[in-house]
Amino acid sequence: MNRIVKKERFSEKVVRLDVEAPLIAQSRKPGNFVIVKIDDKGERIPLTIASADTERGTITLVVQAVGHTSARLCAMEEGETIAHVVGPLGRPTDIRNYGTVVCACGGVGTAPMLPIVEAMKKAGNRVIVVQAARTKELIILEQQMKQWADEVVIMTDDGSYGTKGLVTNGVENVIQREKVDFCVTIGPAIMMKFVSLLTRKYDVPTIASLNTIMVDGTGMCGACRVNVGGETKFVCVDGPEFDAHQVDFDQMMTRLGAYRDLEAVEMRKPLR
Amino acid sequence: MTEDRNASWREELRKSMKPKERTAIERVPMNELDPVLRARSRDEVNQGLTAEQAVTEAKRCLDCGKPSCMEGCPVNIDIPGFIKNIERGEFAEAARVLKKTSSLPAVCGRVCPQEKQCEGSCIHLKMNSKPVAIGNLERFAADFERNSGKASLPECRSSNGHKVGVIGSGPSGLSCAGDLIKMGYEVTVFEALHEIGGVLKYGIPEFRLPNAVVDAEIETLRRLGVKFVTDCVVGKTVSVSQLREQGYECLFVGSGAGLPRFMNIPGENLINVLSSNEYLTRVNLMDAGNPETDTPVFRGRKVIVVGGGNTAMDSVRTALRMGAEKATIVYRRSEEEMPARLEEVHHAKAEGVEFLTLHNPIEYIGDDKGRVKAVRLQKMQLGEPDESGRRRPVEIPGAVEVLEADMVVVAIGVSPNPIVPSSIEGLNISRKGTIVVNDDMQSDSIPTIFAGGDIVRGGATVILAMGDGRRAAAAIDAYLSR
Ligand SMILES: Cc1cc2nc3c(=O)[nH]c(=O)nc-3n(C[C@H](O)[C@H](O)[C@H](O)COP(=O)(O)OP(=O)(O)OC[C@H]3O[C@@H](n4cnc5c(N)ncnc54)[C@H](O)[C@@H]3O)c2cc1C
Ligand code: FES
Repeated sequence: MNRIVKKERFSEKVVRLDVEAPLIAQSRKPGNFVIVKIDDKGERIPLTIASADTERGTITLVVQAVGHTSARLCAMEEGETIAHVVGPLGRPTDIRNYGTVVCACGGVGTAPMLPIVEAMKKAGNRVIVVQAARTKELIILEQQMKQWADEVVIMTDDGSYGTKGLVTNGVENVIQREKVDFCVTIGPAIMMKFVSLLTRKYDVPTIASLNTIMVDGTGMCGACRVNVGGETKFVCVDGPEFDAHQVDFDQMMTRLGAYRDLEAVEMRKPLR
Repeated sequence: MTEDRNASWREELRKSMKPKERTAIERVPMNELDPVLRARSRDEVNQGLTAEQAVTEAKRCLDCGKPSCMEGCPVNIDIPGFIKNIERGEFAEAARVLKKTSSLPAVCGRVCPQEKQCEGSCIHLKMNSKPVAIGNLERFAADFERNSGKASLPECRSSNGHKVGVIGSGPSGLSCAGDLIKMGYEVTVFEALHEIGGVLKYGIPEFRLPNAVVDAEIETLRRLGVKFVTDCVVGKTVSVSQLREQGYECLFVGSGAGLPRFMNIPGENLINVLSSNEYLTRVNLMDAGNPETDTPVFRGRKVIVVGGGNTAMDSVRTALRMGAEKATIVYRRSEEEMPARLEEVHHAKAEGVEFLTLHNPIEYIGDDKGRVKAVRLQKMQLGEPDESGRRRPVEIPGAVEVLEADMVVVAIGVSPNPIVPSSIEGLNISRKGTIVVNDDMQSDSIPTIFAGGDIVRGGATVILAMGDGRRAAAAIDAYLSR
């Protein structure tokens, strides 16, 4: 049983939950994720660990309501408990001193980027965050990013905040302006695909953190498989981060839709 | 051995009937649910024998002086010993005899490949008659004990102050934990999933092994004092060295062979092509077939299952129960080479599963939405025997067929789960990823680590996993009492 000790609403659809999980708080590293199962009848879904507090024994999850289970999580309140939280899973981010690192993120990818930004900075990198959203209200964690990043570039589709444009426009500006040695991208698959195409053009090594469908998260089922460089990989154990230039994003996007019709049925169910 | 074969009751029992009279009795068939009805229900297919049927079947056993069935049993259960107790009506005593050697008789009676083991070595076969239904009798005795509510808790030695950790709660881990707790150890089982039981829970379906049977075993262990920690991935949530620091003097690794294999053929990552582990986990562990639960599962109408083992049979029969109109096994060898239990093959056929042997998928074809819609199959023929002794399937050049399917379940085997082995520095691991152990199930590189079951053998059986767990418990005891 994992109690929610703190809840904060970032936007209409995004909340931050601090959840009791002392063992995970201790052993997690940037890039790791957990599998969460709300109750007896709940499904198992992966969520990246945004940060952890070892003293309080909590991990921070940032959840965007996109499906039935994430919507249920967003509706949970402080003091309620999540029946199962297991982790930390996946391989941690390969943190090194690369030189200048661009962290390109958007949507649910913003929260998991935060610990990577922190770790990259601590490893001696110059870190530039390019953060994108549809509109101003959806930009989250900007202050926290600024705490570590040398620069935070905000991009909005409608120009209501920062610069008008897509995350790729922001990244390209930086690459044209200065030498970039490494790029990390986390966000919707379509966004990562275009960031990857862009950085390939400029020959900037890039890793993408993939958020596929998962069940167990321990390599047991293969629900999370993706094609990387022509080989099938399991995101939960071989990843979640891969060389973005090798990832077949189109196949990944197709596979993400595997349960879309069934999910639509679930979404019509009242939240328990 | 059959220590009380010379007990007077047993001698009398032997004399009470002539061997001829015994062999004249027909093998008592298992009571089964009707195939048409059961193919749409979760209820257990085999309903068990009645007491009367069990006694009749027990009479068929000749109580041989040198029982060959025992040699066929991987853990040498005292088979005539328990069967003769059934014959004289001492059912609880029969269960006690079983429990001396097997910690999971109710499970093994249901899932062991008896035709290759005990029953495959039964003297009746030499006389051209059907073997004694040892598996059905084992199940009968174990179920009798469980249902009697009188299952006595085995006695535990008083605590010896030593702490042992068990990683994984499949049959190997559960048996190891059970023996250690009886020897007076403090035992904690760490399980990655949210449920205890390993393959017995997430893999083998309810219609073949009801969860209640497994839960009863787990409950006994709990009452004996075994502690269970779920949602704990050793090597991730806690490391082996952290466990050592917490005072665990020895560890038993029973983490199984949970990594599904794929064939690496075109289209394998299409939607609705999935591993048997994923399919069975969704339906069994997550109860996705129940509209009350949140986990989705696709209900294929034309389902193809690739493989010929128990996992394939479980998947294909699950597909029927999930509403498939047509469910087909595709296997690259012939039926004779199928590794599945014979009974499962029979049951699958009776339920309407189609068998397409000597066919091997070479490509999955998708629709415009990326969902599988057909399978391209290469026809095969049998050639020379391979390393496994089975005849090798070879392609018939140019013989290719296309079969429609809206769902494909790949059940071609599993590899050892690497999480635990790769997290222990200095542990000797084979090229196949299994943990290398000696005859005492002790790692040859790190003496405080013991391992058994599928993580040592690759995909094997419940009885072997159970036997390994017990052997390891004895070896751990010997090691810690040096
Ligand atoms: C569908 C199916 C049907 C089968 N049918 C039969 C049959 O009819 N007869 C038969 O004899 N055999 C059958 N088998 C094979 C049999 O189930 C296995 O050989 C047996 O379960 C192996 O037992 P085990 O204890 O080694 O591992 P498992 O039962 O695999 O249990 C391993 C456990 O360890 C856990 N684990 C893994 N890694 C970690 C970690 N890092 N930390 C903590 N826990 C971890 C896993 O989650 C799992 O619960 C079948 C297998 C399958 C998949
Ligand atoms: S989620 Fe099951 S193998 Fe990755």
